[in-house]
Amino acid sequence: MIEVTSMPIEAESLKRALHNAGAGGFCSFEGWVRNENDGRSVERLEYEAYEPLVIAEGRKVLAEAQRHFPYLEARCVHRTGLLEIGDMAVWVGVASAHRDEAFKACRYIIDEIKLRLPIWKKEHYADGDSGWVNCERCAEHGQR
Amino acid sequence: MNQPAKTITVRYFAMFREHAGLAEETLSLNVATAKDVFEQTRLRHGSKEPNGHCKVAINDEMADWSSPVNDGDTVLLFPPVAGG
Repeated sequence: MIEVTSMPIEAESLKRALHNAGAGGFCSFEGWVRNENDGRSVERLEYEAYEPLVIAEGRKVLAEAQRHFPYLEARCVHRTGLLEIGDMAVWVGVASAHRDEAFKACRYIIDEIKLRLPIWKKEHYADGDSGWVNCERCAEHGQR
Repeated sequence: MNQPAKTITVRYFAMFREHAGLAEETLSLNVATAKDVFEQTRLRHGSKEPNGHCKVAINDEMADWSSPVNDGDTVLLFPPVAGG
């Protein structure tokens, strides 16, 4: 399951929803807003998403992760709107029978989300300037 | 051979929307592929972003730059993504 929200992400309730009697391991990744990028002081971030294709492409990513690293439960939530330093921008959680699948599926999901989902990030800097962030691997991925 | 112009709705996101100064427009274009739409709208709005960094969707389906566009299609132009 993948979703987009303009509300703060509540990791604990998301984790509880993934409880599964067959799960022996759980792994999560949280992406947080940090206060600098490329040597510039960042005050806040603004995320924009095109939700219909975030959902459609996100479902494909979760299905691929399931094929490669069979898990029991997985969920991803991505924020939109204006976020402050320390806010959670993305949460990925995976529950699986054994830890290996949980680690690997979680890593696969966050990596593919960053590369493929139509989500954009604008940084607002301390000096009042702002700019859209380009994913550093997009050039390579765009040729794939 | 000249092909008849197609009516294409183009949607711009994030950086592209800011460059274009609008989120969407419907244009009459002589285009065969998604790449043609990208190039013609790039010229129209003066964007310098190469398409290799960007993605495209047609009628809410992710597409390739070589995908054909048909009269009445909606083409979504996505600048480099940066989720997470």
